[in-house]
Amino acid sequence: MSAQAQILPGTLDLLILKAVSLGPLHGYGVLLRIGQISDRALLIEQGALYPALFRLVRQGLLKASWGTSENNRRAKFYELTSLGRKRLREEADGWNRLVAAIASALAAEPEEI
Amino acid sequence: MKFLAYFRSLAARFLRRSQTENELAEELRSHIQHRADDLERSGLDRTASERRARIEFGGRERYKEESREALGGNFIETLIQDVRYSLRVLRKSPGFTITAVLTLALAIGANAVVFGILNALILRPLNLPQPQSLYGIERVGEQLPVQSYPDYLDLRDRNRSFDSLAAYRITEAALDLGETPSRAFGFLVSGNYFDALRIHPYLGRFFHASDERGPNSAPYIVLTYAYWHTHFQDDRGVVGRVVQLNKHPFTVIGVAPAEFRGTLVFLPPDFLAPMINGEQIEGVNLLNARGIPWIYLALGHLKEGVTHSQAIADLNSIGSYLEKTYPKEHGQVRYSLSRPRLYGDFLGSRVGAFLTGLMVLAGLILLAACANLGGLFAARASDRAREVALRLALGARRTRILRGLFTEALLISLAGGALGLWGSVVLLQGLSTWQPVPRFPISVPVTPDAYVYGVALLLALVSGILFGAVPVRQVLRANPYQIVKAGSTGSVGRRITARDVLLVVQIAICAVLVTSSMVAVRGLVRSLHADFGFEPKNAMLVDTDLSSAGYSGDRVPEMQKRILDAIEALPGVDSVGLVDWAPLVSGAWGESTIFTDETTDLRPSNAAAVPYRFRISPAYFSAAATAFLAGRTFSLHDDKGSPRVAVVNREFAGKIFGSPAKALGRYFKMLDGARIQVVGIVENGKYQSLTEDLKPAMFLPILQAAARQTILVVRSRRDPRQVAAALKSTLRDLDRGLPAYIETWSKQLDDFALFPEHMATMSLGVLGLMGAMLSITGIFGMAAYSVSRRMKELGIRMALGAKRKELLEAALGRAFKLLAVGSVAGLIFGLLATRVLAHIVYQATPRDPLVLTGVVLAMSLLGLLATWIPAQRAMRVDPLILLREE
Repeated sequence: MSAQAQILPGTLDLLILKAVSLGPLHGYGVLLRIGQISDRALLIEQGALYPALFRLVRQGLLKASWGTSENNRRAKFYELTSLGRKRLREEADGWNRLVAAIASALAAEPEEI
Repeated sequence: MKFLAYFRSLAARFLRRSQTENELAEELRSHIQHRADDLERSGLDRTASERRARIEFGGRERYKEESREALGGNFIETLIQDVRYSLRVLRKSPGFTITAVLTLALAIGANAVVFGILNALILRPLNLPQPQSLYGIERVGEQLPVQSYPDYLDLRDRNRSFDSLAAYRITEAALDLGETPSRAFGFLVSGNYFDALRIHPYLGRFFHASDERGPNSAPYIVLTYAYWHTHFQDDRGVVGRVVQLNKHPFTVIGVAPAEFRGTLVFLPPDFLAPMINGEQIEGVNLLNARGIPWIYLALGHLKEGVTHSQAIADLNSIGSYLEKTYPKEHGQVRYSLSRPRLYGDFLGSRVGAFLTGLMVLAGLILLAACANLGGLFAARASDRAREVALRLALGARRTRILRGLFTEALLISLAGGALGLWGSVVLLQGLSTWQPVPRFPISVPVTPDAYVYGVALLLALVSGILFGAVPVRQVLRANPYQIVKAGSTGSVGRRITARDVLLVVQIAICAVLVTSSMVAVRGLVRSLHADFGFEPKNAMLVDTDLSSAGYSGDRVPEMQKRILDAIEALPGVDSVGLVDWAPLVSGAWGESTIFTDETTDLRPSNAAAVPYRFRISPAYFSAAATAFLAGRTFSLHDDKGSPRVAVVNREFAGKIFGSPAKALGRYFKMLDGARIQVVGIVENGKYQSLTEDLKPAMFLPILQAAARQTILVVRSRRDPRQVAAALKSTLRDLDRGLPAYIETWSKQLDDFALFPEHMATMSLGVLGLMGAMLSITGIFGMAAYSVSRRMKELGIRMALGAKRKELLEAALGRAFKLLAVGSVAGLIFGLLATRVLAHIVYQATPRDPLVLTGVVLAMSLLGLLATWIPAQRAMRVDPLILLREE
């Protein structure tokens, strides 16, 4: 449990976009995929996923369609739109810049100043 | 088109609503199934894994709610949900709903009615083209905005501010359409009247300034649409017909358009005739009399770009010209502008002040109603604390719960507003057809317009938000865990709550209304028994019009004598007098400028006084029962051949001669230089209005100062109806064509002088009653609520041996304390407010022990009435049952 981190506010959208960019997924699949690609280090409350998904659909970043899952159940599958792909690139770049900046800030040693 | 598309998408969304909802449910279910599949694979059995999956998912309802919002754009959907939910909740407590709706309906209805009248009389301009630039001219320092005809001509021709300056005068005449003459009210107007007001005929033509070619040169008459409609049955052939106005032929040249109701909002004329022909209609030529203000109002449109103050400066320069040129007729002449619709400031400012006062009171009523409903809502909210807590715990968000509460409040306020508006529209339409004074065709067109509807809607919304906001804090602070755990018995004996303050405010408002209505009622009663300076009981007034029957010149006094003699001979008539205007029942009155005997330079600025002037027959004083203090009345020898004499009232004697005792036998001078000797002194009286200060008055004999107007005062102890019938037949025998209006003096007083007081008393009474009702429900609600919340405590106290008195004190002490505080505050404010009332109601004084005790009694009665049922309930507490129930 201690190895898991609460995700930062606002980063859930980014994670969902990333997860879906690797292939169409249903809601539970998105959750599993995020767990998988983050080495189970990030904790998302399951229900919280759906408002986020709907918001992204409404913004035109995702599109949804009903289909059948690997468990042979009916499920709604999400995939990235071209707008979503573009947004993912932008957000990822922004995130990387932020992380790099914070990392370098944290790595600063007394003698470097 | 865009709009249409929007609606189509909205409609589509409604149709899809259940589909979206199903999809949402299915998607969440699918998620849980998938999770359960995984858990099952790890070794749990199916039931356990599904349970576990549901727990892991978290607050499903909350996420559903958030998802719906994320799906977006469903404001209307949520609104409909809220409305449906609120309707369901309200239907569950019909008592509360009906009380709330009725309370608001009353309050909003009262506001709509008062605003409707205010709107019709003060706010809405005359129904004429470009009314915003239309102004009437007033003389500063004069009560009435009247002018003499020569002054009007100077104003008209010398001003540079008005497009065209018109004038009118109200007149009454016998209009003969060919069969029998009937009385009609009309405007004598300047030739440029229609052109200056920019109106165009419906039929035929109007007369113009070019038609005025000297006295009696324009025998034309224009009918108003309403008169044409009722008296000529819309006959378009009426143009060109000759009718008789006071026995003089006038040609009908046109009909005014339907929307034209004259230039006075409350007195629509039947006809309009040129002022230049005034002599034919009124029997006297005043076109050259500079000293006699004959014109009722001069009015016109200000030129474009001319400001209010520029116009006044322009008029004042004419005023100085008049002062210099005609020093005999004029003192200082200064002018101001006013709106013509309510006869300038004379009526406009008084009616305006009264209606504004009423509006404030009505607003207070609404505020009280809101306070009341706010209290009820807060009480309900705390009763529903459990429900709210449960919803909060289940994941409902506070904003959503508040939205629900506001929806309930707005539903109630809109329903109340609609009901109140409906009632007020009915009432206003009734008022529009009401003729308060039978003698004159006065009516007030108060039919509601869009403004009234708008204001009612606005008031409904505002009040809904106001009282809906009362429980907000309560909901925001609610801690669901505490409430669900502990139940909602709540804390007892808290400090002063918002609800207490609301109740005190409301009681205070009610006390203000009760106080002012009591002051008004007392004033009315007092004015009925006031000393008028005459005795209206057992006196009939016969208002005849000799000029409309064609009498003029020497035939007038001769006819007057014949009438007096004939009536005096009637059995049962004690005395009969003639007067040119009867005090307190006439719209018009006479005044004269007088000078001390020593004054030689007779100009208005040197005047000693401007007393009321009555021209009477010798027996007037005994017919009116006016008491003599000293001297004698006139005799038949006080005629043209003998020295001029007068009887004056005590105020006149004191003002001119220092004291009544010194006045007898002394002289004063009239404007024309005539010396008049005082031969008698009578008591003071009320002459023009009940609220007037003591005014000097003088009485002149008709044999020395001829009077055209003929009002007979007939004193008789017989049944008024018999006297009236006898008078009618006597007058008919003398002249069949003589119009007469016969009514008792008391009745005319009621209709005329007491009219404002009746109106004030009635409206304040209604508002006071409403305030009292609101207070009762408010106190009742508060007391009932506090008793029901403290049932358990009362039961325990009773079980422990508390006495009934102590129990009552515990249950209702608070309600009574609030009542006392509110009443005292309201009483103080109410007494302050009556200063305003004093302008309308005779001797409206707050320093009246009867009013004070009345208010205290009324408020305690209110308290008793409101707390009776809760008190009974508190007394019937059975500790055994109560404690077992818990």
